[in-house]
Amino acid sequence: MKSTSIRTPIGKVRGLGSAKSGTEHWWEMRLTSIALLPLTLAAIVIVISLIGRNHAAVVQILGSPLVAITMLLWVYTVTLHMRLGLQSVIEDYIHGKAMKTGLLIGNTFLTIVLWLACTYAILKLSFGV
Amino acid sequence: MVEFTLPKNSRVTDGKVWPKPEGATNTREFRVYRWNPDDGKNPHIDTFTVDLDDCGPMVLDALLWIKNKVDPTLTFRRSCREGICGSCAMNIDGVNTLACTKDMGEIKGSVKVLPLPHQPVAKDLVPDLTNFFAQHALVQPWLQTVTPAPEKEWIQSKDDREMLDGLYECILCACCSTSCPEYWWNPDRYLGPAALLHAYRWVIDSRDEGTGERLDQLEDPFRLFRCVTIMNCSKACPKGLNPAKAIAELKKLMVERQKT
Repeated sequence: MKSTSIRTPIGKVRGLGSAKSGTEHWWEMRLTSIALLPLTLAAIVIVISLIGRNHAAVVQILGSPLVAITMLLWVYTVTLHMRLGLQSVIEDYIHGKAMKTGLLIGNTFLTIVLWLACTYAILKLSFGV
Repeated sequence: MVEFTLPKNSRVTDGKVWPKPEGATNTREFRVYRWNPDDGKNPHIDTFTVDLDDCGPMVLDALLWIKNKVDPTLTFRRSCREGICGSCAMNIDGVNTLACTKDMGEIKGSVKVLPLPHQPVAKDLVPDLTNFFAQHALVQPWLQTVTPAPEKEWIQSKDDREMLDGLYECILCACCSTSCPEYWWNPDRYLGPAALLHAYRWVIDSRDEGTGERLDQLEDPFRLFRCVTIMNCSKACPKGLNPAKAIAELKKLMVERQKT
C-alpha cells in the first residue's frame, strides 16, 4: 500500500478478505509431524547401522525392501514438512512482494528437486542399474 | 524483510535524569519511555526517583506520583485503577501488563516502563490501538441470529453460559496481542489473540446462529493460522485468561468441519 493512501481502519483489516483456506496447511503440518516421529527414529537407526560398513553392505541394506520403503516414506514426509515449515517462515519474515513470491516459488522447486533426487537414489540402490 | 532495528529517528536514547525527592529515604528508580511527536527528538528514557513513603504500591501509583509531583507532561492512559478498564496496559519490567494491578514490589532493581511493543506511539506511554480495535470489530462481537428475536430474552442453559467463562472477562487491554511476535510481523493480516478470543467467544455462544459465517471469516492462513502456539498471549494476560486455548479451539473447529 502507498504510504499516502488514506483508508479507514476497518477497510485495512478487511483487506482482500478471507482466503477460505489454511486448515489444509495446518492439518498437513500435524499429519507430517505425527508420521515423522517413528519415521525419523527409523531413519536414524538405519543410518547408524551403516556406520563402518563397506560399500557393498551399504547398498545391500539400503536396497532391501523394508529399509528402502521406510527411507522413501521418510524422504517424502520430511521434504513435505520442510516445505510447509519454510513457507510459514517466509510468510512471517519476508515482506517485499517480489522477494516473497520468488522465495515461495523457490521453496516449492527446491523441495521437489530434493525429494526427487533422494527418491531416485534410493530406487537406484533398490533396483540397481 | 522484517525490521530488526528501529529506524534512525526511532532509536531510543538516554533522557533526562530528574532530581531526587529531597529528604526521601525510601525511594525507587523508574526508567520511563518518553516521546513527544511535536519536539522532533528521538524517543528517550527518563529517570525518575519516586518517594515510596509518599506513594501507593502499584506501578500506576508511581506514574501518577511522577505526573503530580515531578513532570506533569508525562503522558499515559488510565481510568479505573483496578484492572477492569484495560487503559493502563504497558510494558513494565519487560512484560506487558496493567500498571494499576502490577505491584512494584515484585520487580527487582529499577522499574522500566515502556509503551506496549510494536504499536505506533501517540506520545510517551500511549500507543495507537486503532488497528487493534478495527480487528476486534472485524470479528463482529455481537449476537447474530436468523430466528426472529423472542419477546423477552434469548435463553441459554447454565452449561452453555459456563462455556463463556474465561472468555467474556477480556477487557481488550491489548497486552496479549502486542506480546505476540506473529502479531508484530503481520499486524495488518493476523488478527491477534485478543480479537481471536472474542471471535471464539461468539462462535461457541449457544444463542448465536452465525457460527459458520464467523468461521468462514477466520479461515485464512493469516487471520487465524498465523498463530504457532508460542503462548506469549496467555502468559501476558493480566486477567489470567487463555487466548492461546481459544485459538486452538478455533483451529479444532476448522478441522472438525473439513477433515473429521
